[in-house]
Amino acid sequence: MKILVAVKRVADPDNANRIKVSSGGDAIDASGLEWKINPFDEYALEAALRLTENGASPKKREGEVVVVTMAPKEAETTLRSALATGADRAIRVEAGDDDLDGRVVAHALRKLVEEEKPDVVLMGKQTVDGDSNQVGQMLAELLDWPMATFAATLRQEQDGSLLVGREVDGGVLSLRVRPPCLVTVDLRIVSPEGVYSSLTDPSFKYNEGVRFAPLPAIMQAKRKPLTVRPLSELTDVALTTKYTKFELPAKRSAGVKVKDVAELVQKLTEEARVL
Amino acid sequence: MSNVLVVAELDQDGNLRKSTLSAITLARKAEGALGGGFDVLVLGANTAAAAQELTTFGAGRVLVCEDASLAHYVAEHFAPTVAEVGKGYKLVVATATTFGKDLMPRVAARLDAAYAGDCADVAAEGGKLVYKRPMFAGNAYGYCELSTAIQVATARQSEFAAAEPSGSTSPIEKVAKAAPSGAAARVEYVSLDAVTSERPQLTEANVVVAGGRALKEKFFEVIEPLADALGAAIGASRAAVDAGYAPGDYQVGQTGKIVAPSLYIAIGISGAIQHIAGMKGSKVIVAINKDPEAPIFQLADYGLVADLFTAVPELVSALRARG
Repeated sequence: MKILVAVKRVADPDNANRIKVSSGGDAIDASGLEWKINPFDEYALEAALRLTENGASPKKREGEVVVVTMAPKEAETTLRSALATGADRAIRVEAGDDDLDGRVVAHALRKLVEEEKPDVVLMGKQTVDGDSNQVGQMLAELLDWPMATFAATLRQEQDGSLLVGREVDGGVLSLRVRPPCLVTVDLRIVSPEGVYSSLTDPSFKYNEGVRFAPLPAIMQAKRKPLTVRPLSELTDVALTTKYTKFELPAKRSAGVKVKDVAELVQKLTEEARVL
Repeated sequence: MSNVLVVAELDQDGNLRKSTLSAITLARKAEGALGGGFDVLVLGANTAAAAQELTTFGAGRVLVCEDASLAHYVAEHFAPTVAEVGKGYKLVVATATTFGKDLMPRVAARLDAAYAGDCADVAAEGGKLVYKRPMFAGNAYGYCELSTAIQVATARQSEFAAAEPSGSTSPIEKVAKAAPSGAAARVEYVSLDAVTSERPQLTEANVVVAGGRALKEKFFEVIEPLADALGAAIGASRAAVDAGYAPGDYQVGQTGKIVAPSLYIAIGISGAIQHIAGMKGSKVIVAINKDPEAPIFQLADYGLVADLFTAVPELVSALRARG
């Protein structure tokens, strides 16, 4: 099975206290933020690795995992660490954030998918900077592929179909999709029983979370192929989403500390009037 | 002539989901700027009751697409019809539930439209719509404009109040189901493992009681009596969910559900950024935590520094005593 994983490098939202808006209000000032791979995309990569191996012998890749990003050269660090974790090849599409919106990314990925012909495209359900949650669904439609979004579990069946447990409001909705198909992943995909390839024994349990690259693999990753493509080769779709202003949300201020349960009930009844 | 189309969401039994009323509120705000009214589109296998209910909100028309293949929501079956009907509008909207978030970007791609997801507000500036969107886990808002001929958006339920009936009655019209796309042949609905509960839905509840990892295996033992006493929905922090103390769909936060009840009681929740992103819109926030330095106290209206295993049962008794 060949899997294409789309990843993005994002400003770490766990450092959100340091998010600032430029003085004119027309840009997010990310200068104080650290960069890291979008966590949902990191989980998509882990899911791709689990789908292309027997969980008991993860060093042997059954198939190919290609990782792609659209970003400036600095993001090659992100691609190299994906290669070190187990991906076989990487593609960087040369583009700055200002060249991209969800629709442009979806169209560029469509062209790459048509060239690469993967069986499955995997990506995070959303990036934690823009929080848009749109590229996977748009790409699936452009390709006329079936999709399963917000995946918490993935089972590869003997005929190659994927049984996907989707996290939806009020429960888990299961879909069966036949490749070529697209899956976007939610947090719980990296739980011990999140993903099973058809080679992995159903009783096998992964470690919680994503795998880390051993040192020799980090060295080896430097020799794995990484190609660079200009965005213009993949799409000529124009930008159609324009952010004109940013602002920080109103800060909620701390209220009062109550001394005991009786005072709490009294405040909620008489002051807040919510009981 | 209507220029906004609202896509309604039904539950498994064909009942209208209340979340739809938030998308109607967005449509009412946008319709004026676009110079017209709004229509509602209902898709399903059993739509009669929901369609009837939807006639009371001031829509120009309630459009109904009823077909056995629409019994369960699957994007590949719904998107072609939504896009076919949507072609006649300037803006196509739904509420940003997992239904809306799954379906609407797919519809947007089919319409060659740009998409503004999970909007907190929409306003008209110079005849153009400006969408206000939470970004960076709710730590910033961005205002964006879309420049495609048709635009697609979803409304964050906690930011758009449920629409009230308008006093008028909309006509119901049938629309044909569009031919399915090739993708539909390769996807099959298997099951919905629904969490059944007598409690109100987390995203629609007036009161939410949420627990953190500190509750350990006693999560339900401690939280349930309090939720019962308040008629509240139960939520959980990601830490409590990851540790297995509460199921995944209880999670409140950036990656879980976004809630904005009148009263939010956080029990043993420290207040990680990603949790706060999911509940800071609540009107009144109460925090009970034994760590006085917990970040949750920085935004709680009422904080009680106490051992939750004694304070919560005490609170339950006090509430019961009030009757």
